[in-house]
Amino acid sequence: MAKITFITSDGETTTLEATSGSVMELAVQNTIQGIDGDCGGVCSCATCHVHVEPPFVERTGEASEIEKDMLELDDNVNEFSRLSCQLAITEELDGLILRVAK
Amino acid sequence: MKKSALPDPFEEARLQAGLGHINDQDDPVLMVLRHKDVRKCAHQWQRFQSGAEPGRIVVPSEVNIRKTRQIPFELDPPQHGQYRAVVEQWFKRPLEPAYRAALKVQIDDLIDEVLGKEKVEVVSEFSLPLQSRALTLLLNIPYEEAETWISWGTHVFRSEGEALDGDKAAILYDYIDEQIDQAIDNPGEDLYSVLLRAEVEGKKLTREEVKGVMILTFAGGRDTVINAVTNSIAYFADHPESLVRLREEPEIMGKAVEELIRYFAPLTHMGRVATEDTEVCEHAVQADSRISLCWASANRDASVFEKPNEVVLDRKLNPHLSFGFGHHKCLGATHTRQIMKILLHSLTEKVKSIQIEDRSENIEEWGQFNRKVGYHSIHVSFNSNS
Repeated sequence: MAKITFITSDGETTTLEATSGSVMELAVQNTIQGIDGDCGGVCSCATCHVHVEPPFVERTGEASEIEKDMLELDDNVNEFSRLSCQLAITEELDGLILRVAK
Repeated sequence: MKKSALPDPFEEARLQAGLGHINDQDDPVLMVLRHKDVRKCAHQWQRFQSGAEPGRIVVPSEVNIRKTRQIPFELDPPQHGQYRAVVEQWFKRPLEPAYRAALKVQIDDLIDEVLGKEKVEVVSEFSLPLQSRALTLLLNIPYEEAETWISWGTHVFRSEGEALDGDKAAILYDYIDEQIDQAIDNPGEDLYSVLLRAEVEGKKLTREEVKGVMILTFAGGRDTVINAVTNSIAYFADHPESLVRLREEPEIMGKAVEELIRYFAPLTHMGRVATEDTEVCEHAVQADSRISLCWASANRDASVFEKPNEVVLDRKLNPHLSFGFGHHKCLGATHTRQIMKILLHSLTEKVKSIQIEDRSENIEEWGQFNRKVGYHSIHVSFNSNS
């Protein structure tokens, strides 16, 4: 079980729990504003862009080349950017805090 | 090669120069072929604009047959974003359960209908009705209206052997004018009425702007959806094992839809106009000349996609460009994804196998490239699951 907190661009904070799937799926199921996940999680739409709160960056790990290329041309990109469809939910991510980029 | 295969004609040019050349009505187009370059050029709207003369970013150019600017498609930021915001939520309605349920009924009925026939011409008897009926949901208008659009045939803008036909285009433009008149007289909850009520920066959309959104909605989603649906039927005819797999592993349906859309690339490319002297892939591009972003080529770029010429139904990383890229990405993508998801679901539920009888391929000619994009016609027989 992992608890994951989303902070939307208008400041709304939601904490959700899950054991499997991707962070994007969790957000879409719970209609977190700004995360659409249009492509269903194959890294083709960039509608699940989040900023990982700095203390958690080590735990979420590094983006793949394909994900980096996708992020590079997206709005609001910074060094903490990730596509949440590429973050698989594991116990390791318990406590994770994410800011929705859009 | 399998009958349903769509070969990649761009590979050699993509690897060597990264570019191709087309002469289109004396307004040449430099085709950008590599995945990275296509995305970069799509991103650089200041350098490669969409807000040129109406019709010019379409290849072949529609400058001679259309004066109305398609909106938000032929606008650049910041205007683009203001108009896109007006329609964005409307085009996400396909995610609503009631919309999906209605679409499921439409597609199930159509499949039942073709299962009852001995032989079916897929383009005119399956894909066109499917696309037209689904469009009534997107526009939120009565189902019966689809009959009018079906009667126009498959190519509103095209007649046999001729890419552009002003008379045919006029059928659509006149029809939209009539529908706008009706919506002015009897406002409702349809897209025309919603647009007529909408405002950008405190000002109502003009009639011409409403028309521009409607032309985009009709034109952008017609041949593209028809190609995607027809190619899907041909693919499953050639690959009955894929139908079995999707039946047994419905959880990969979303990935399968993205992969088929990558492989089909229903729209080959889209143009932009350079606003300054610049370069692409070390090739000079003059101000006011055209480039095109070749989605079909980018989708087969081996530096991004493993086994690019194979359909890998559960492809995990799939940054395909079939819906374009950046702020102009396809407004109808949500609708199309739902059509494809439901179509695949319903096929697995109802259809055991499909046989291709005969076919006439639709091969586009772009300068040195000949690209199969789908079929003019394809006869098949559907065999029921039960």
